[in-house]
Amino acid sequence: MNLQILLILAQDGVTNGAVYALLALSILLAFSVTRVLFIPQGEFVVYGALTMASMQGGKPPLVAWLLVAFSLVEAVANLAARYRRTRRWRLSRVAAAQLGYAVVLAVLVRVLPVSHLPVLAQVLLTFALIVPLGPQMYRLFYQPLAGSSVLVLMMVSIALHMALVGLGLLMFGPEGQRIEPFVDVPLQFGAINPGSQALLIVLVSAVLMIAMQQIFARTVYGKALRAVAFNRLGARLMGISPAFAGNATFFVAACLGVLSGILIAPLTTLYFDSGFLISLKGFVGSIIGGLVSYPVAALGALLVGLIEAFSAFWASPYKEIIVFTLLIPVLWWRSLKSRHIEEEEE
Amino acid sequence: MLLKSISMTALVAALAVCALPASAQLKIGVITSSTGSGALVGIPQKNTVPLLPAKIGDLSVEYLSLDDASDPTAAVTAFKKLVSEQNVDAVIGPTGSPAAMGVIQFAAQSGTPMLAPTGSAAVVLPMNDQKRWVFKTTQNDDLIAKALVDHMTKTGIRTVGFIGLNDPFGENWYRVFSGLAQQHHIRITDSERYQRTDSSVTGQALKLLASRPDAVLIAAPGGASILPETTLYDLGYKGRFYQTHGAALPDFLKLGGRKVEGTVLAASLMLVLPEIADSNPSKQVATRYIDAYRKLNGSTPATFGANVYDAGLLLEHAVPIAEKTARPGTPQFRSALRDALENTHDLVGTQGVYNMTPADHSGFDERGRVLITVKDGNWALVK
Repeated sequence: MNLQILLILAQDGVTNGAVYALLALSILLAFSVTRVLFIPQGEFVVYGALTMASMQGGKPPLVAWLLVAFSLVEAVANLAARYRRTRRWRLSRVAAAQLGYAVVLAVLVRVLPVSHLPVLAQVLLTFALIVPLGPQMYRLFYQPLAGSSVLVLMMVSIALHMALVGLGLLMFGPEGQRIEPFVDVPLQFGAINPGSQALLIVLVSAVLMIAMQQIFARTVYGKALRAVAFNRLGARLMGISPAFAGNATFFVAACLGVLSGILIAPLTTLYFDSGFLISLKGFVGSIIGGLVSYPVAALGALLVGLIEAFSAFWASPYKEIIVFTLLIPVLWWRSLKSRHIEEEEE
Repeated sequence: MLLKSISMTALVAALAVCALPASAQLKIGVITSSTGSGALVGIPQKNTVPLLPAKIGDLSVEYLSLDDASDPTAAVTAFKKLVSEQNVDAVIGPTGSPAAMGVIQFAAQSGTPMLAPTGSAAVVLPMNDQKRWVFKTTQNDDLIAKALVDHMTKTGIRTVGFIGLNDPFGENWYRVFSGLAQQHHIRITDSERYQRTDSSVTGQALKLLASRPDAVLIAAPGGASILPETTLYDLGYKGRFYQTHGAALPDFLKLGGRKVEGTVLAASLMLVLPEIADSNPSKQVATRYIDAYRKLNGSTPATFGANVYDAGLLLEHAVPIAEKTARPGTPQFRSALRDALENTHDLVGTQGVYNMTPADHSGFDERGRVLITVKDGNWALVK
């Protein structure tokens, strides 16, 4: 091993680590605000990347219909709820607008020549298609159970993850996909040659993390979310709606997931079922942060990326084992350090 | 009253159907991985089922197609269900090598011939009492590997770096290839493993690069075969790339683009059909299959589907022979069917010509593979 190899490996590790860090942050956010271990986070990565890929391949993404289906289910639930309250069959304006949005988008991706659109428009369309699924999932699957134990919420997550992987196969097919690189400028720093795409990933992740930190520290909405994470009951007494907190959290999580997907898709081949392993590594990162600390989680995820890169070099057959064995000393140390906290009663 | 009599009639009719002599029907179970991680391989296989012979002689054939979701445990459950509840006469499948390995003992226990469209030669080699019930409709790894090693020796390649998937496919390939390489005095400079879902193989690629091989062999089925090659290309590797028959699918060209130009692989002739001489007996069979598949599904089949089609051809040939001994649905018939399959001689399939022997249940010879290279973004025959 010489310096050049060391640098390339480090660069590879940081690139992957940056993506894991984004996922670690969103998993951590979802857990601290809603107590949901959001296993389907990886599906947002895959859905984002594959939607983009199918647009570039000239196929209207079928995922638009999933959005329509979710909106329909929500509209029906909304109708039923309102009927119980007012004995009248009337759709709320918000639900109607959502349904309209979904249908318009579904028609739009069919009509527009998606493969000829500029890349930025494709990215925006992808966000417009996938991100609303996040809050929708929260409202449909988690909100009715918001008071249940962490374990019940996790079971819902697993079920949702399974369903989404199956739907992914149906919508995107079994083939792996890649998307065109956003930037293709050859760069040369001394001996190493970091792809411009890799640099973009690190840059975007860093900017996003700083932005998130600022939002949580300075804005009212960010503070509200932090309050919910800190003390759910207290936050509710102060007038912060748990439904709003859940929606906002899942919106952010979905955004980060889709962004990660779009960022890594030019570098690697993604399959309909790739999401789980990627988000699992983000999860390891957030565990290192003890599911409480954001900076430690981000650093942990970065560490996972680095360890992965170096173990792939030294002992490739045992790479995954090394990465996941890393959890054991961390958990051991954590359990020594922390007192046992009873599950919060609601 | 009327209702009762109708339901009675229906019941009697149903019983009558069941009681009909079983000779009119042959039951074949099919297990594919049409969902889950093996779906890329399993879907063309499932789509091929409607193209299997609907009638063999005077027997009508019923196909019971099950999905194992790429889970070996589910494959075993599906197999047991087909054998004990449906009393099938033979099983085509399962798709994955781990699943096939798990099913073998139950095939032997129930005495049901099994036609496996799986890649790994481990399902029929080394031959033993259980594996005598298994027939494999793909080329053995060593047949493909021999073609590659021959090409290496002919073009003066002395050192090879190996990278394979961390699963039975990759392991078996390493075993077969390292043995052959030793015989031909080719040195393996480095051997690496990776996962199908890996988002980066830079570490492995760097180590390969550092060992400075003349060529690199990548052993992975499906789309996973592309990542190591593009990574090495990006890192500036200038040597030749070899791929296995696992890379033989249209996606390889689509996802690899110009980076896979010049790659050499050995696979069935289906990829380069127009270039194959008309005298090759398989050309006609393969063309027939591809046309039928395209008409039904609107897309060109991957070779994986053809492996299931060949299983149908093998059965079409063996069933009439077995029928002389016993009636379908009996253990005697299944045993006779096994014997008939084992005695298959010069049967032309889509992939090559089958000559089964008690020791060789794959039955391909060098007519079962051709050397192919990527030229101007398309498959081309190595001349």
